[in-house]
Amino acid sequence: MTATVRLQREPFDTAAEAAKLSRGRGDVGALVTFTGICRGEEAGEPISALTLEHYPGMAEAEIERHVAEARARWPLTGVTVIHRYGRITPGEDIMLVATASAHRAAAFAAAEFLMDFLKTRAPFWKQVERADGTIWVEAKQADDQAAARWVAPARGRAAAE
Amino acid sequence: MKLRYFAWVRERVGKTEEDIELPAAVATVSDLLAWLSSRGEDYAHAFANPKVIRVAIDRSHVRPDSALEGAREIAFFPPMTGG
Repeated sequence: MTATVRLQREPFDTAAEAAKLSRGRGDVGALVTFTGICRGEEAGEPISALTLEHYPGMAEAEIERHVAEARARWPLTGVTVIHRYGRITPGEDIMLVATASAHRAAAFAAAEFLMDFLKTRAPFWKQVERADGTIWVEAKQADDQAAARWVAPARGRAAAE
Repeated sequence: MKLRYFAWVRERVGKTEEDIELPAAVATVSDLLAWLSSRGEDYAHAFANPKVIRVAIDRSHVRPDSALEGAREIAFFPPMTGG
């Protein structure tokens, strides 16, 4: 399975990255892409930009750990995760998760799983520039709850699956 | 041992990183947070609410009761907001 994990400052080309997962293959029947985009507001206040700080080395390692878990849980032919850092303005793409599989259930589930964990465990921190100054964005409880849904099932249920 | 700080923890401590000699009595992550807080106001302010401080040892997430033995790099940061 092809796995690509990349951190970069520069914008990326979603269509080109997605195409890499299906080009020249006869085994890909499903390709799912999720793009995270910078909105023009945060917590109800307009923002002019957001800046992402990250922990180099750990961010890649943590994403790779979750890609490995996605491979173990679902039959995927390929996964690509690209996450930008640095200063990003409203309307720009922040990150991409693309998953490819023979059938859609695995591609959809793996993409959602990766996003839920990326929101809570990948070491990135956002600051936003507002009219009244620059502030750190607070982590959302909803993200922790989303990630909790994927925690490995109890042994009894796993045997039944 | 290298300590690294990110986001508002970095801002409050006033450093991105530092190298320290760990006292023998400081055995766990919780011990380390308490010891750092005792070193000065900036640290105490940064770690005033330990429940919102996340810690990684050698680039893996750890819990507050994790042992420090063998650690080369310890990072402190707020809950993450990537994605």
